[in-house]
Amino acid sequence: MKKLISIISKSAFSLTFIMIFFTNCKKKDVEVSLEVQNKEAIINYANIVLATYEDSYTSAVAMQQKVDAFVAAPTAQGLTDCKNAWLAARNVYGQTEAFRFYGGPIDGDDGLEGYINGWPMDENAIDYVAGNATAGLINDAVTYPNITKTVILDLNEVASETSIFTGWHAVEFLLWGQDLSTTSAGTRPHTDFLTTGGTAQNQARRRTYLKVVTDLLIEHLQIVQNAWKTGSVYRESFVNNPDVPTIMGNIFTGIGSLCKGELAGERMLVAVELQDQENEHSCFSDNTTNDIKMNFLGIKSVYLGTYTRLDGSKITGKSFAEITQTFDKTKADAVITAFANVDTKISLIPLVFDQAIINNPTKILDAVEALKTCSDKLADASIVLKAKL
Amino acid sequence: MNKNLLYILVLMSVLGACKTSSNDLNQPIDATEEYAGGENFTTFDFSENAFGEEGKNITSTESNQFVVGNSLFRANWVTAPSSVQSLDGLGPIFNGISCGSCHFKDGRAKPPQTASEPLNGLLFRMSVGLDNIGNAIPEPNYGGQFQDKAVTTANLGVLREGGVSVSYEEISGNYADGMPYTMHKPIYNFIGLNYGAFDANMMYSPRIAQQIPGLGLLENIPESIILALSDENDSNNDGISGKANMVWNVEKQALSLGRFGWKANIPTLKQQTAGAFNGDIGITTSIFPKHDLTTNQQNMYANIPNGGNPEVDDNALEKIVNYVKMLSVPARRDFKDTEVLQGKTIFTNLKCGSCHYEKFETGNNSPIVALNNQKIRPYTDLLLHDMGAGLADNRPDYKATGTEWRTPPLWGIGLLQTVNNHTFLLHDGRARNVEEAILWHSGEAEKSKNDFKKLSSQERKNLIKFVNSL
Repeated sequence: MKKLISIISKSAFSLTFIMIFFTNCKKKDVEVSLEVQNKEAIINYANIVLATYEDSYTSAVAMQQKVDAFVAAPTAQGLTDCKNAWLAARNVYGQTEAFRFYGGPIDGDDGLEGYINGWPMDENAIDYVAGNATAGLINDAVTYPNITKTVILDLNEVASETSIFTGWHAVEFLLWGQDLSTTSAGTRPHTDFLTTGGTAQNQARRRTYLKVVTDLLIEHLQIVQNAWKTGSVYRESFVNNPDVPTIMGNIFTGIGSLCKGELAGERMLVAVELQDQENEHSCFSDNTTNDIKMNFLGIKSVYLGTYTRLDGSKITGKSFAEITQTFDKTKADAVITAFANVDTKISLIPLVFDQAIINNPTKILDAVEALKTCSDKLADASIVLKAKL
Repeated sequence: MNKNLLYILVLMSVLGACKTSSNDLNQPIDATEEYAGGENFTTFDFSENAFGEEGKNITSTESNQFVVGNSLFRANWVTAPSSVQSLDGLGPIFNGISCGSCHFKDGRAKPPQTASEPLNGLLFRMSVGLDNIGNAIPEPNYGGQFQDKAVTTANLGVLREGGVSVSYEEISGNYADGMPYTMHKPIYNFIGLNYGAFDANMMYSPRIAQQIPGLGLLENIPESIILALSDENDSNNDGISGKANMVWNVEKQALSLGRFGWKANIPTLKQQTAGAFNGDIGITTSIFPKHDLTTNQQNMYANIPNGGNPEVDDNALEKIVNYVKMLSVPARRDFKDTEVLQGKTIFTNLKCGSCHYEKFETGNNSPIVALNNQKIRPYTDLLLHDMGAGLADNRPDYKATGTEWRTPPLWGIGLLQTVNNHTFLLHDGRARNVEEAILWHSGEAEKSKNDFKKLSSQERKNLIKFVNSL
């Protein structure tokens, strides 16, 4: 099988080579070689994207099964199972964020990112909060007699004007509850879902809400995943786009934006500068440090051209790292050094990010600086690869 | 591809290039003209992020402030109490849930086009006259601003003030060459009023959210230079007055020169930002520590939880304000283009620059050093001018009369389509494009507007092309 793939890619190589040679006779051989290699790496990138989204979907379905079981018969163990499944699925999704920020299927014009990963939640809009036992859609049977996908999507529809009702963090809020504690994650009891002898109000509606937002998340993840399948319009236009520098630009804009603007900036620096313990993405579950690790793992997978699937198998092929190495060893080495530095600095952030915001801000800021440097080195590499940023 | 077609395309592009790159005018090209925001605050990003770029030569601390401020500018505020305390305190009544919901991508909002479309970046100031310092007296049942949204999902019984249904009346006319044009005038209908009838003397003023790049530069133009441009009684008899608004500076507790807002009714970016938090999002700051509620509303909502006192602390406020200050202005596009240069000559001949004043140098007192001594081209004098009855809101605001508006800066105007997917202009967004905006000019600009109508179709096109190159 491996040999077959290599033969196919070799003939694709020569075919592309010839095509480029004929369409632009003035192009230097070096440039042709770069473009051919980039094209190969773009295909490998698309394979990694698809595999990661497939794994994200699979792990989310595993979570859905736990949610279904819990909703059918709420128990303390059932809630724990759901939380563990959420954490596991979140780890895979975190890696997919390296495929954002260039208007791809996840966050292009019809992108579902806002539905999948919207933040911060307006907790009051969904369920009870401290001091208001009847807040939210769950506790408002008069305005919303039925909690259905349509009702929730309609509420999210006016996204710029109302609150977020769907996605990972909605499920997270349902499972963990508000985190108003300085020392722990949210502590919602399983009895919030128990009609007989339960806590809070509207337990059946809460079960329905959990079920509906989980199902919606699965549907949305499936749509994104499908866009990257072989033969889909988006994927084909991506891997076969003759404007290779632009596609390269998209890929590096994605990882560069996640590395610097989003991760170093939005998710880490902002939290430290505002000194708000819960200004962290997974604030109900206190999973933010893992989120950061997984985001960075996604960045590395893209550049290094290797992704290890949930089942342990590997997707690998021509990598941007390898091509950069061929054309500019110094710049390629700089990225690898920067990667190692980020890994070290992130590993020094305490696991409970919200406490680190207050107690160890310098550890976070060290990682912020490492990520910024890393993003700059990736930008240098993208110039070597003639990506159009 | 058909070979002949290919040749034609190549030929066309060569000819096209010749046409646009040559300069057969006598007017010299000023190479610095491209840098609309000066050396430090001009960006060459012409993408949909064109209004959101950080300036150059700022310190790393300032750059961090920019990042945090940018985040807060975009963040959705949520109802209190929330786990994320730095982002809670929305409402109880409001117009938008984030700065970015009205200034999307740091840009300009679009008015509703149909009667049922909700407001999204268009708000209404309301008053019943002026107090002894010229400040507008709030409408007794609705306050100084009409809030069309409320934190209804918290089920706390909070009611929005009401809604506004917008429709348009089509107006048509002809240029001197016989070419027809149309404009449309908005008609507002306040619906579902939840706090009683309006006062009989209520006056309202629609205001659309403007794009925000370059505001730090405008704030740093020395006051003396703006005042020197004013000519309140038109003593030089050029038909153009230019009046400085003098408005209440909350921090100084004194009257100051107004620079921002459609009527130059706000003195500083800090007060502008704090005011928008207060009136538009329902968020308190040290500058406006109380919610924008009437006494009746305060009593009704006395038990609604807030997001802290104040809800945005000075640290966060400073970062947002500095973010706004450090946004770059897009560089000029096509500034050497022949038609653009011809348009610029027409702009000068029609005396558009009497109010849309081209050049300034910023002062040297900003703590953000990069903002100092920048040679900028905002195309505004920041002064008030009578724009005639057609555009009048008939609602005075400090020294601004019901027919006076501040000259809006023109920089960045040609990228509205790219950033915000629309080209709606003027205080209520009634003009659908630059051409209609010019046609709405009246009052002091009546002669310029009439001269515009006498231009040939190509001249009109060139003038608009010049404006869109800004």
